[in-house]
Amino acid sequence: MDWLYVTEVALAGLGAGALYALTGVAFVLIYKATRVVNLAIGEILMLGGYVFFGLVAGAGLSIWAAIPLTILAGAALGAVVERALIRPMLGESPISVFMVTIGLGSILAGVVELGWGADPLRLPEFIPNTPIFLGEAYLAPKVAYGALVAALLIAGAVIALRFSRGGVALRATARDQGAAYSMGIDVGRVFSLSWMAACATAAGAGVIVGAIGGISPTMGIFGLSVLVVVIVGGLDSVAGALVGGLLIGLVEALAGSFLGGEYKLLATFSLLILILMVRPYGIFGTHEIERL
Amino acid sequence: MPMDAEILLNVNNVEVVYNRTIQVLRGLSLRVPKGEIVALLGSNGAGKSTTLKAVSNLLELEDGAVTAGHIEFDGTDLASLTPHGLVRRGLFHVMEGRRIFEDLTVEENLTAATFSLSGRGLPITPFDLVYSYFPRLYERRKGLAGYLSGGEQQMLAIGRALISKPKLILLDEPSLGLSPKLVEEIFTIIARINREQGVSMLLVEQNAAVAFSVASYGYIMEMGKVVIDGPVERLVKDQDVQEFYLGLGGGGAHKSYRDVKHYKRRKRWLS
Repeated sequence: MDWLYVTEVALAGLGAGALYALTGVAFVLIYKATRVVNLAIGEILMLGGYVFFGLVAGAGLSIWAAIPLTILAGAALGAVVERALIRPMLGESPISVFMVTIGLGSILAGVVELGWGADPLRLPEFIPNTPIFLGEAYLAPKVAYGALVAALLIAGAVIALRFSRGGVALRATARDQGAAYSMGIDVGRVFSLSWMAACATAAGAGVIVGAIGGISPTMGIFGLSVLVVVIVGGLDSVAGALVGGLLIGLVEALAGSFLGGEYKLLATFSLLILILMVRPYGIFGTHEIERL
Repeated sequence: MPMDAEILLNVNNVEVVYNRTIQVLRGLSLRVPKGEIVALLGSNGAGKSTTLKAVSNLLELEDGAVTAGHIEFDGTDLASLTPHGLVRRGLFHVMEGRRIFEDLTVEENLTAATFSLSGRGLPITPFDLVYSYFPRLYERRKGLAGYLSGGEQQMLAIGRALISKPKLILLDEPSLGLSPKLVEEIFTIIARINREQGVSMLLVEQNAAVAFSVASYGYIMEMGKVVIDGPVERLVKDQDVQEFYLGLGGGGAHKSYRDVKHYKRRKRWLS
């Protein structure tokens, strides 16, 4: 067996896994604060890619202006979705809220297809493309820089959750909503801010994912892998999203290059079933997981 | 009720209905004067916790609603305020069962309570005051709150209330599940906080004896309304209160269960 090749595939897998982890963190943020399983996360990511494309190719903005604007657009989308679709569903059964997010995903995919057409598009090049070697192993520069940015963002999220006052408010709300109210925490604002942060993260991830593999209205499929990631890691665990993301990225890459592309999903979902049989609430999840 | 003292909390003829069908409070009225501890007693299901939730506007979370009457705190009607807005005006509810955030550290639990200071222009002070009342919390400040003992958790719950610099604390059964020695310790501190910080308290208890040891005025409720009320000195001499809430016989001595003849005397307000 060619170990250099295996290392290269594994590195590429971990790089892709970092983006799964980043999007997984966005998913976990929403689940933690509001107990909503947001199946539209892949479509929000896709929309981020298209907004970036529109700002650069359509409006002619420079890339470094378009990135922060895309992230802001993501935050704005999060605020609107939470306020208009999720807040009114408070107290309804989890399955209804879950269906709302599925509907939202389809709407977003449809809107993007109406606006930009169904054909895949390439984002303008902006990531440096000097080849990167770790030892002897080659790593695609886009994947490497994408993973680096993802790692920085995840570290930022972890630090904010652990050490900031807002992080305390979010964890308190996640634990016990009534008690959070009684502390003077504005629970509605926690909901709104966590949706904004999560959708901004997903939109940012969309720019990176799009830069690596191009954008298309079916890019929301990415969300399916993210769903596997967070179920494996535990729906409410940031650490779980991180470990799950890297694990799924690795498994997908290895299965894809040694068994063939069609085995990717087969391998990840088999892994999902295996892990759920041993730990039904994910690797790091807390026991009382919402039944869907 | 003494009329000279300034009234901080005024609950007037309140009715509460859960799920639009189950009426729990039937015209309940009570008042808490500034700077005093008022005890609210009653048997299981009398509506004591519901009263507190009606005051702190947390009923909505349990599908309950105030359908009649009104509640005034510090001169403002509460109906229009959000639960967190109310906390930020200085009304802190220490809920039944303590409700600490178990996966947060002791310090983070106190940090969570600092949100009660938002919008009041009050600076976030260090937690020294809490630690001076509860030195044990200082020792365990870095540990997860879920690993505290029951007594320490109750201390943390009261400590969180202190953080908010409240005018009124609603205390829901602070003695729940604690040993008699710890109950005494907690209530000594409750009395000290009331005296030294000038905080008024509305205290819900099953343990009437310990509630009367700190309160100046008492209400006793049954079936969703107040049946007896009066200054504590008068209540402890009341024959019914002695028998049904303090567990004393007619002579003032503790009764042996062997001698109890059930239904010998009925609570006369129930018939």
